[in-house]
Amino acid sequence: MYSEKVLDHFHHPRNQGKMKAADGIGQVGNPVCGDIMKIYIKVGQNADSVPIIEDIKFETLGCGAAIATSSMLTEMAKGKTIDEALKIGKLEIAQELGGLPEAKLHCSILAHDGLKAAVADYRQNKNKS
Amino acid sequence: MVSVKKVYLDNAATTPVDSRVLKAMLPYFENNFGNASSLHQFGLDARVAVDRAQKKIADFFACSKAEIYFTSGATESNNLAIWGLIQRLRLDQPGFQPHLIVSSIEHDAVLESVRALAARGLAEVSYVPVTARGVVKVEKLVAAVKANTVLVSVMYVNNEIGTIQPIEKIGATIAKLNRKRPQKIYFHTDATQALNYCDCRVSHLGVDLLSFSGHKIYGPKGIGGLYLKSGVVLEPLFFGGHQQNNIRPGTYNVSGIVGLATAIDLIGASNRQRENQRIEKLRDRLIATVQREISGVVLNGDLVKRSPNNANFVFRGVEGESLVLLLSERGIAVSTGSACSSGSLEPSHVLAALGLAPELAHGSLRVSLGRFNRQTDIDYFVTELTRAVKRLRKMSPL
Repeated sequence: MYSEKVLDHFHHPRNQGKMKAADGIGQVGNPVCGDIMKIYIKVGQNADSVPIIEDIKFETLGCGAAIATSSMLTEMAKGKTIDEALKIGKLEIAQELGGLPEAKLHCSILAHDGLKAAVADYRQNKNKS
Repeated sequence: MVSVKKVYLDNAATTPVDSRVLKAMLPYFENNFGNASSLHQFGLDARVAVDRAQKKIADFFACSKAEIYFTSGATESNNLAIWGLIQRLRLDQPGFQPHLIVSSIEHDAVLESVRALAARGLAEVSYVPVTARGVVKVEKLVAAVKANTVLVSVMYVNNEIGTIQPIEKIGATIAKLNRKRPQKIYFHTDATQALNYCDCRVSHLGVDLLSFSGHKIYGPKGIGGLYLKSGVVLEPLFFGGHQQNNIRPGTYNVSGIVGLATAIDLIGASNRQRENQRIEKLRDRLIATVQREISGVVLNGDLVKRSPNNANFVFRGVEGESLVLLLSERGIAVSTGSACSSGSLEPSHVLAALGLAPELAHGSLRVSLGRFNRQTDIDYFVTELTRAVKRLRKMSPL
């Protein structure tokens, strides 16, 4: 049912865990639908003083695809400028994993939304300070 | 690569074929390959094998040989029982609109059959709820009966939570109702999960139709059967040859039929009660250890009116499909009623019928033991389960 890459990310998730003093946190999904993703980001700057995702972590309650897409997202977003990271398409995460079953594509969308929520939280925090 | 211990605890999904069953089947592929409907010696040999098999199966159900029909499995048996009966009654009484009653926890092979009838306007259907422990209440069933009710279909043992339904009581109740009704109510039970563990004598149960399958009882896949009480007439689903009274035409699956009969014979023969007690003891120890080692565990389904081989858990804050995948990596086979495993994104209709909240249903795990499980399997399973639950909870944001 799942590609080898999906199973690899499921069994060996990258960037999994909590992040202390995160600059932005996004939580998406809900227990009723079965998947909850929490994305933490640490924002730094590149040589051109453009904000980048210096570090990213995730915590997920969900199926194999939910965990694998969370993990894949963190790999794809890490080191990118925020604007670049936000360009990661809703289904691009699934593509990067070598595809997902039709019924699991919403996990890719959820991971995408998780990052968007974390960035929105970061921007809100920045405006407040 | 490190070899992983293999522990199969998904016997409600399918069972391995018992080596004695396989041995009985093998001659019917290569040497005794005849068509049981042929007149020559090859055909006669095959016919004898089918007759003997039918007799063994009839003995198990305490019915006559002519009341046993062979099908491709329980899905076909359920479809044939339900569609066959309704089509027949509609043909016999033009204009008559039949009404059916099923429980809300039936297998999809029954639920989808009756939904398909309803969707085509061929029958009305009532779904009877179950208690929070997953058992049909006979009073609720009686309350659903109407003047045009023709069929009640209630499974014997539920495939997900293992609850045993009061078939005998329902059978007796329907018989009583039938004495005062112009329109007879037929009673069907899907006994697929019951054969190993429960009394399946049909007159004792009071059923008119009973479905069963080979691959849940250490027999082969692709063979099953339907007990059809003498005098009950069905319209066939298939048309073709004249086998099986035209009710189920098609060349006899001789090797499968021999396998099915051998598997059924083995249930009856080998100290059934002792084997049931052995499995129940293993299951009870499994449940006790899981409850001791893991927090946030809910048990689904009645603990007494229950098949001895089934345990159904919910682990709070854990998603079932992830759990199944992690355990699979450790060589363990179990299953889940989580939405994420179904492809439909709806959690199991059985767990929903118990009133279990969706967030809990997502964390369900079915463990179904069988003939070849031993205590070492259970010990290994609980150790790995404890580790997997801990790991997933640690990954969760909750």
